[in-house]
Amino acid sequence: MSAVGDLVARAQQHTGVALDVTEFRGETTVTVPAERVLDVLGAFDAAPGGPLVLTDLTALDRHPHEPRFEVVYLLTAYAASVRLRVRARLPGDSPVIASATGLWPAANWLEREVFDFFGIRFDGHPNLTRILMPDDWEGYPLRRDVPLTEEPVEFVEHVPKVPSTIIPKSPPRS
Amino acid sequence: MSSGRTETLTINMGPQHPATHGVLRVILELEGEVVLDAVPVIGYLHTGFEKEMETRTYHQNIVFPARIEYLATFIEETAYCLAVEKLLGAAPPPRAQVARVILMELSRIASHLVWLGTSAIDLNVTSVFIYCFDDRERILDLFEAVSGQRMMHGYVRIGGLQWDLPEDFEARVRRIIEALPARVDEYEALLTDNLIWRKRTEGIALLAPADALRYGCTGPTLRGSGVSYDVRKAFPYGGYEQYEFDVPLGKNGDAFDRYKIRMEEIRQSIRIIQQALGRITPGPWIVEDRKVALPPRHELVRSMEAVIHQFKLVSEGIRPPVGDVYAAVESPRGEKGYYIVSDGSNRPLRVRVRSASFNNLQALPVMVRGGYIADVVVAIASIDIVLGDVDR
Repeated sequence: MSAVGDLVARAQQHTGVALDVTEFRGETTVTVPAERVLDVLGAFDAAPGGPLVLTDLTALDRHPHEPRFEVVYLLTAYAASVRLRVRARLPGDSPVIASATGLWPAANWLEREVFDFFGIRFDGHPNLTRILMPDDWEGYPLRRDVPLTEEPVEFVEHVPKVPSTIIPKSPPRS
Repeated sequence: MSSGRTETLTINMGPQHPATHGVLRVILELEGEVVLDAVPVIGYLHTGFEKEMETRTYHQNIVFPARIEYLATFIEETAYCLAVEKLLGAAPPPRAQVARVILMELSRIASHLVWLGTSAIDLNVTSVFIYCFDDRERILDLFEAVSGQRMMHGYVRIGGLQWDLPEDFEARVRRIIEALPARVDEYEALLTDNLIWRKRTEGIALLAPADALRYGCTGPTLRGSGVSYDVRKAFPYGGYEQYEFDVPLGKNGDAFDRYKIRMEEIRQSIRIIQQALGRITPGPWIVEDRKVALPPRHELVRSMEAVIHQFKLVSEGIRPPVGDVYAAVESPRGEKGYYIVSDGSNRPLRVRVRSASFNNLQALPVMVRGGYIADVVVAIASIDIVLGDVDR
């Protein structure tokens, strides 16, 4: 989509950051170095065709692959019907990235959720505390090295398999 | 005379509270009856859907979406299936698409009826609650006829539907939508010109358009402030580009505008259903690609390939290509999206549910600051949150 291509080109020009652009199923994803993520997001926001709305901010854990974490920002331009995904990769030990709450107040709870589940710290966040897990919870549940707690249902003579063992994980298709 | 000392009163509302529409806790800082600040505390309904979905196959995950946003179940299921279909590059056949649109719009109507009933009962209009739930019963009866379940259907599958529509589907849907407009007129007659309703909702829970955009609000919460964004129009999915419907907009960003928008949305949903009913054609209800959907039983006695496909799909499941997709639908609350990351195996690497209620609820403090404590109830009701969606 040329509207997205324009946005990306302008942001690249404006910030001078090397952006790695990929497309899959009609969606554009831009990979940004983590230290420059705020510059790039701000450049997208300020470009014509914006302002962009922060639709979603999330993270994923690619353990044991390094860099382990990816913080993913999904931006939408309502008027132009354009979506853009921005991705920043972070290392596994003490992942820190700048907070986007200055650009969008919507990032406040979204970053708290990412911190709660992955342990990624957001520099500059006004109140980086747990949001969905209990306040005294230890650990970061959505990390892939934390197993899902599954208790088998114990009937009288029969203990069925826990759901995740019914169909085991298959190797990726080659 | 000694100088006085003023203190503000911090009061806790919820999580167990009849007017918070679920297990929502709001910590209110009050100066008399004026709200200085409201801090929502969430997480009381968090069940870890996203992590559970990482431990199961794409097909096993179909049971979860209906439990996340339990008031608009078909919309949620379709959102997940659209995301997986996008990942696979598969498209459901036309009959399934039209059926999905009809069921989604009926879900929207059912959700708005719950919203109307519960919002009214918050303001002590008890009769509207019972009437709305009665109308919703007709819709849930239809859902039971179609899928076997009133709420947690599991009917929308990857590539289409679980089984074919019942024979009397069209007739039943027509009966429902013929009776509805008169009922909606009754509700509007009871509420729209009702002095008490107007005084309790007009000018209350104001949300400026700039705030709504910056807080990521979508749905009637955003459209009430005058910003026209509906996922069905901006990023059409599932065949919505074929239907003619309007997206109502508000002007003032208050609770009354959001009420008017949702009432009009019920009427527009009826309009879409009427158009869709004319487009149901006989045909398959699930995609023919044997790598995505199980072969029909009668094929198993004839074809070895069908048996092998059946075996692989049941014992292993589908294995989409490596990549990530985001598919969004317009839920009654706003933009509901599924961001699925696949690593090529039979389980998703990450399923992220972009929840409309989570983002809309962030704007609650902005809406209630400076208002009275009684208006907090109206504000929460007008955002229309589903705690399952907020907490997942």
